[in-house]
Amino acid sequence: MTDSGILHVIIPVLIVTCAVFVARFKDLIYAALALAGLSLLLALEFYLLQAPDVAIAEAAIGAAITIAIFVLAIRSTRRT
Amino acid sequence: MMSKIVRTMCNILVPLIFVFGLYVIMHGHITPGGGFQGGAVFASGVAFIIVAFGSANVQKRLKEHHLSVLESGGGLIFIGLAFGGLATIFFFNFLVGSPIFGHIPPSGANPGDLWTGGVIPLMNIGVGLKVLAGLSAIVLVMALVSSGIEVEE
Repeated sequence: MTDSGILHVIIPVLIVTCAVFVARFKDLIYAALALAGLSLLLALEFYLLQAPDVAIAEAAIGAAITIAIFVLAIRSTRRT
Repeated sequence: MMSKIVRTMCNILVPLIFVFGLYVIMHGHITPGGGFQGGAVFASGVAFIIVAFGSANVQKRLKEHHLSVLESGGGLIFIGLAFGGLATIFFFNFLVGSPIFGHIPPSGANPGDLWTGGVIPLMNIGVGLKVLAGLSAIVLVMALVSSGIEVEE
């Protein structure tokens, strides 16, 4: 809250890194897990910006339920 | 059905997730969170059960139409409480100051009294029921359809 200036630089860089990994991974399961990491880092950034309400919603919806639905959908496709 | 490690961790973690979700719903009017956030946390626990134990095992205990009844009940609680204040105005907080969900909250910085808020905690419970049933039904139907089991309308 007082000394989080450096975190406001590190966390967006990590979010962009996760987004690049999501786009670059060939295996879709790895891409979905990188998306989960992106959502968790985004929730941490929301918490640092003093929006804990949005952070709880982002961590629950973005990191848990969306990834569960993605993994269930990927599981029913066929690898080539 | 996943490995034994995943199932054991699911058995340990899921009660804690459920209790935390219900805590977020119950304390929605004094701490961050509320009906939507608590319901989403609860539904993530249900999604963990479905991923760990498989949708065919979960479907024996948890039917979609039970979740549908719960969702409609949450919506009816919310809209019923909204119409309950209709003697004054729509969405009027008619319970604050009465013996149920007691006193008017003090203004300014205070440690937070759980027994305040009038109709707001009950509306949070209604929204929480609706969101947890809706998101659980979404994940359950997605899991059933993706594993090739027929779902009735």
